[in-house]
Amino acid sequence: MRRLRHWGPGLLLLSPSLILLAVFVYGLIAWTTKVSVSDEHNALGSKGFAGLENYTNLFTNDINDRFVHSLKNLLIFTLVFLAGTMFFGLLWAFLLERGVRAEGFFRTVYLFPMAVSFIASGVVWRWLMNPNKGDNAGGLNAVLGGLRLDFLQSTWWTDPDWGMASMALPAIWQLSGYVMALFLAGFRGIPQELREAAAMDGASTYRLYRNVIFPQLTPVALSALIIVGHMSMKMFDLIMSVSGPQWLTEVPAIYVWQALLTSDYAKAAAISVVLLLLVAVVIVPYLIYTNRAEKTS
Amino acid sequence: MTTVAAPPPAVETLSPTAPARRRFGPGSIVKYGLAIFFLVVVLMPMYVLIVTSFKAGSDIGVASQWNLPSEWTTASWAKAWAALRPSFVRTFELAIPVALISSVVGAANGFVLSRWRFPGADLVFTLILFGMFIPYQAVMIPLREIVTTIGIPPGISTLVFVHCVYGIPICTLIFRNYYATTVPEELIEAARVDGAGLLRTFAWIILPISIPGFVVTIIWQFTSAWNDYLFAIFLSNTRNGPITIALNALAGAQSPDYAASMAGALITSLPTLVVYVLLGRWFIGGLMAGSVKS
Repeated sequence: MRRLRHWGPGLLLLSPSLILLAVFVYGLIAWTTKVSVSDEHNALGSKGFAGLENYTNLFTNDINDRFVHSLKNLLIFTLVFLAGTMFFGLLWAFLLERGVRAEGFFRTVYLFPMAVSFIASGVVWRWLMNPNKGDNAGGLNAVLGGLRLDFLQSTWWTDPDWGMASMALPAIWQLSGYVMALFLAGFRGIPQELREAAAMDGASTYRLYRNVIFPQLTPVALSALIIVGHMSMKMFDLIMSVSGPQWLTEVPAIYVWQALLTSDYAKAAAISVVLLLLVAVVIVPYLIYTNRAEKTS
Repeated sequence: MTTVAAPPPAVETLSPTAPARRRFGPGSIVKYGLAIFFLVVVLMPMYVLIVTSFKAGSDIGVASQWNLPSEWTTASWAKAWAALRPSFVRTFELAIPVALISSVVGAANGFVLSRWRFPGADLVFTLILFGMFIPYQAVMIPLREIVTTIGIPPGISTLVFVHCVYGIPICTLIFRNYYATTVPEELIEAARVDGAGLLRTFAWIILPISIPGFVVTIIWQFTSAWNDYLFAIFLSNTRNGPITIALNALAGAQSPDYAASMAGALITSLPTLVVYVLLGRWFIGGLMAGSVKS
């Protein structure tokens, strides 16, 4: 009883949030799951039970393998997005970590795209990724032409095979600065004594980074991968803004929207649940891992 | 976005490690060369936006894309402003309440979960955090159904509610990490010995030292509500929705006016950019608070 009196007020203060999240996160996910196993394929909404049919249809019986195509697009996008942000993020953090004058200025500029919405940046990237080549070239192709790098000119996101790799360019532009900030904090979190100890042992700069500093950054790198990775799986705004909803650049998040426009609720719900599972496979182990790491520390 | 676990609104950790080692050598040339090269690359889209927004007529064509305007005009800015003004105002009505409400809720939750813990607090915290990572499509279908069948009008008030609810995890996380690192356990203990209950401890001891946490969550929630498109497109329309919807309508039309689109993109980005430039230090601090595991 005394213990309850002690914890009670805290739980009471927390309870509105807990109820809201229980309803609007877990409750609505359950609702979506229920729709995904129904046969609600139009606005009339006959609510019979369809079992896993909607799921199996997505993978085996979708017109032109549309869903598998959207997953393939998502995979290419995610790989390029992750590789790009990690590469530039680490490189920029490393440059600043080595000490440059006006570091705050560089940091601000590298990070500023993050304050811009994907919808706004899509407006300009649509133009930068103009597919015209040669004499009609515009945007990035014109720059490449001007640098005599014509062979690098591309049709960008309109390319049927690798368009999604180009679609990742604006995303890399927006989030590399964020990853840089993460790595920079990681660099700065390494105790000075560690560097000094390595210097005392006569380690070269190369060995200092290779054997002492970079290994310390592993948890930061993991966090960055998780954050950027889960953002990538949810990517919607940017693609809507650059290409609009269309076959070439469709990812599951956009497919949900398209299915809803045709009132195919069951299908939209099934895609949402698959998307949720994809994210959960990455996030849940990570949450458990960080929870444990915190307890033992 | 963002993750989990442990400290800090680590603004101070961002100051350079050591002021030393500033001799100019080949290494420095490479270093500055790269740093400036990337600076130019990052600013390139901004250049196109600004330059194009002041162009008119044949200037806007693909061939002269990189050129400065042959004649500077603000006509496109006027056109974009006319198209975006109502939603610009509405988006403030969205982002400001979201930022304030989420922050207060986050502070209360963060305090309980870090310094007034109950058995199972870690599990509860993890369950709260999961809400931050879900693809919102997984809740959007029923959410839309609730709005349409119960007859809650689509638009700003609905969006305020939704952003506040789904903002709970990130704000709770930021404040929990903030209190865990800045408020010593002994302080709470002392208040307890003096007979102060939870609410009094929170109001008189914790809130006055929470300003840095508030700055972080307010910036964070303001920015994400301002920039949101997903909730907006599901739960509002061009007549009652925020500016991202209006911009996409302006820029995504069949034959879009490029100059006006670019001016519109700049207008849309202006408030978050101003917040970011003025409060950038805390903005970065917020990123750290939400994401760094130490």
